[in-house]
Amino acid sequence: MRQRKKLALIISLLAGLHAVVLGAGFFAPYDAAAQNRELPFTPPMRLHFLDERGNFHLRPFVYPGVPRTGSYTGYQEDRSRAFPVRFFVSGAPYSVAGLFRARLHLFGADPPAEVFLFGTDGFGRDLFSRMLYGGQISLLAGLLAAGLSLALGLVLGAVAGFYGGWADETLMRGAELFLVLPWLYLLFAIRAFLPLQIGPEQAFLLLIVVIGLIGWARPARLVRGVVLSARERDYVRAAKGFGATDTYLLRRHVLPQTFGVLLTQGAILVPQYILAEVTLSFLGLGVGEPVPSWGNMLASLQQYYVLASYWWMFLPGFALVPFFLGYSALANALHERVKAVLI
Amino acid sequence: MTNCLLRDLAALLAAAALWASPESLQKPVEKPREELLLNNAEIGRYGGQLVVSLRSEPKTLNPVTMTDNPSKEVIWRMMADLVHINRFTQQTEPALAKSWKVSPDGLRYTLKLRRGLRFSDGHPLDADDVLFSFQLYLDEKVHAPQRDLLIVGGKPIVVGKLDSETLVFELAQPYGVGDRLFDGFAILPRHLLQKAYSEGTLAQAWSLTTPPEQIAGLGPFRLKQYVPGQRLVLERNPYYWKVDRKGNRLPYLDELVFLIVPSEDAQVIRFQAGDTDVISRLNAENYAVLERQQQARGYTMSDIGPGLEYNFLFFNLNDLTARSLPQIARKQAWFRQLNFRQAVSAAIDREGIVRLVYQGRAEALWGQVSPGNKLWANQALPRPPRSLDRARELLRAAGFSWKADGTLVDAGGDVVEFSIASSASNAERTKMAAIIQDDLKQLGMSVHVVPLEFRALLARILDSRDYEACVLGLASGDGDPNGDMNVWLSSGPQHLWNPGQAQPATPWEAEIDRLMQAQLTARKYSERKRLYDRVQQIVAENQPMIFLVSPHLLVGAKNGLGNFRPAVLDHYTLWNVEELFWRGK
Repeated sequence: MRQRKKLALIISLLAGLHAVVLGAGFFAPYDAAAQNRELPFTPPMRLHFLDERGNFHLRPFVYPGVPRTGSYTGYQEDRSRAFPVRFFVSGAPYSVAGLFRARLHLFGADPPAEVFLFGTDGFGRDLFSRMLYGGQISLLAGLLAAGLSLALGLVLGAVAGFYGGWADETLMRGAELFLVLPWLYLLFAIRAFLPLQIGPEQAFLLLIVVIGLIGWARPARLVRGVVLSARERDYVRAAKGFGATDTYLLRRHVLPQTFGVLLTQGAILVPQYILAEVTLSFLGLGVGEPVPSWGNMLASLQQYYVLASYWWMFLPGFALVPFFLGYSALANALHERVKAVLI
Repeated sequence: MTNCLLRDLAALLAAAALWASPESLQKPVEKPREELLLNNAEIGRYGGQLVVSLRSEPKTLNPVTMTDNPSKEVIWRMMADLVHINRFTQQTEPALAKSWKVSPDGLRYTLKLRRGLRFSDGHPLDADDVLFSFQLYLDEKVHAPQRDLLIVGGKPIVVGKLDSETLVFELAQPYGVGDRLFDGFAILPRHLLQKAYSEGTLAQAWSLTTPPEQIAGLGPFRLKQYVPGQRLVLERNPYYWKVDRKGNRLPYLDELVFLIVPSEDAQVIRFQAGDTDVISRLNAENYAVLERQQQARGYTMSDIGPGLEYNFLFFNLNDLTARSLPQIARKQAWFRQLNFRQAVSAAIDREGIVRLVYQGRAEALWGQVSPGNKLWANQALPRPPRSLDRARELLRAAGFSWKADGTLVDAGGDVVEFSIASSASNAERTKMAAIIQDDLKQLGMSVHVVPLEFRALLARILDSRDYEACVLGLASGDGDPNGDMNVWLSSGPQHLWNPGQAQPATPWEAEIDRLMQAQLTARKYSERKRLYDRVQQIVAENQPMIFLVSPHLLVGAKNGLGNFRPAVLDHYTLWNVEELFWRGK
């Protein structure tokens, strides 16, 4: 019972996190690509509750940042003007999952002030907004690639395990081949041959599909193992003796046994593929400007000056932590459940 | 083999120690026969070593085959030319040749060699070495990259000697660059290279693994040691031909060490940690990082103003009829319209690029010559400020219109959408492309930025011609327009928007061809300047390249390095390495 509760808690937490990313348009105060050329590399803004005279305000407010004279990226707060943070404001238009358009944002400030909770990047773009929007690409990449790997792995693994013989031999040797495939070079080659007219999102999704498709080997081997043992169970043999067809056996008796393994694999693969997206961006194969993704935001950190001068550029990296913890906890909980069911 | 090498090294070290002993060096040079060059820089002190970083290992130590930057950086510290362009004043000055005369028709140069000079291995220099060197550069089979510069009016320069110290260079027609011609041709030792040349193995001679005693030059330093993947050590050339006002023979430094440090970030960290003494060609962000700590860490950073690099956006204007690239050919209908290119130029926020990409350490650019190149920049070029209104006007006049949602469409109703390629390894240019993308979005154009691996990018531009637009940069070698001949001639291999044309594709390209050829043979600077000003004007009017910015050269050096005078010409910090010295404590 406790396990059930724990699982439910983890799932609702993850669902909540995904909802925030899906609703990035609402939670983010600004458009991810909007540049503020006067304000590159502004540090995170402080939310103030106490004003100059020491009076407390329940509604937080911000002081706009103004560049220090003679500096391009040094800022100080302009204390002469305070701008209260407003909630449920109308701002830049966005679309929710491509379904409907809206302008309502969770928070913002009256123009000309801006609220940069996490500061801005080198183009003066709001990092907080970019982090939320970036999650859409990264999570899509993770879920899509994991889904593809699992689907392909399930089909090929089941065939190999259930039929055995030459089908098993061929598929499993093929799987080994795919395990040793240097997929990075494959992706480089694919990117070099893609026509330039393809938009950055499409090009990127294509690469993700390729990664997902070539990642089938590991889940396929696991599924094969489960199918192999399920096939020999007495009730399966009995059903076979009564004349059940292969399709019936697979659907009714064998494949349900693999779902636990598949779910656990899924919970492991999703963060793995999110990280793959980070790797791609580090190599310049990720999604292009101005579309944000966690990968390309982290990729900008490889430059020394970012480390030395702009610590807040690391903040989007922390977005990965709750997701990875969530998925890891989910994988553990699922694993335990699968064990309990099997025993 | 190793033993043998070690023994050689030991012998060499002993020899070096002998030469470097302070008494022998402090003594004024008295040999009357040696015609040394008096150097007017501040008088320094002997001793110490200078450590600098190289971005990659040099590919060769052979001046006849060098093409990569690290090789040039090392080789030119060991070599010398007949007449040298002073990197600081940008004027020519005597080097191995003590004097020269030009015939009135400009077709014949007579050079007098300095008497009594020796290569760094002690072997004397004479006119035959010069003849031999130019024979190598001119030999088609050798494929020296400098060869093109010795072909004037379609004919190779003829080199002859009058006596053991007088040389004659005969040209087929007058050559605008004049005595600058001789800069960049290292004089090589015949006694060391003759064998390789006659055996046809010159291209393989003087590799990194060649024993140091088999390499000799006339530059301030000579090779001492090479540790693969780590460092190259050069030591003082005891026979160098410059002396200071006190008669001390240059160079002052005992050793020049090149550390191989593969990335700019790593170079910055090594410099910050004090592992290297000089750093050059920094990006503005790293410069800012280093600048903040210069007090505490004991070095000084300097911004020496705009260099000779110019960055630009250009569209694919190739004739694609013979190639199957229908998508791009369709978009060329826009690219070929002058109004379209002018509108793009008007919409670009050059000041924004200066601020966001270079933190103000760059100059906005409207022509191909950087303001850092004071001799050649056309000051009269118009510098229109950014104007989206003007851009829209130009587009409207060319038949473009806007849909209700602000998307730009051409006269046929097609949405204006194209990609800008950039080099993935060049963060600055990719950033410029992203700014241009946002600028053009305000005109309703949909632009994709595609960072590509640099070689793949060049292959697309020069070979397959499979691209739409590109952000790239070039640096004019020594600032003279001749260095950029292959960019501006319509037949040139680096005529980027449409390279290697058989016939000029447009009347204005034909006019540029004529002007560039004319400046090649005009003998007066004022005449050449007038011709090149006109080239700049034509380019600015027709916008085959939309010029963006010219970054400043940013350098730094440890405090106490005397005579450190960074220049905008290559090599920015080590061009006067023979004069550099460490001030006493």
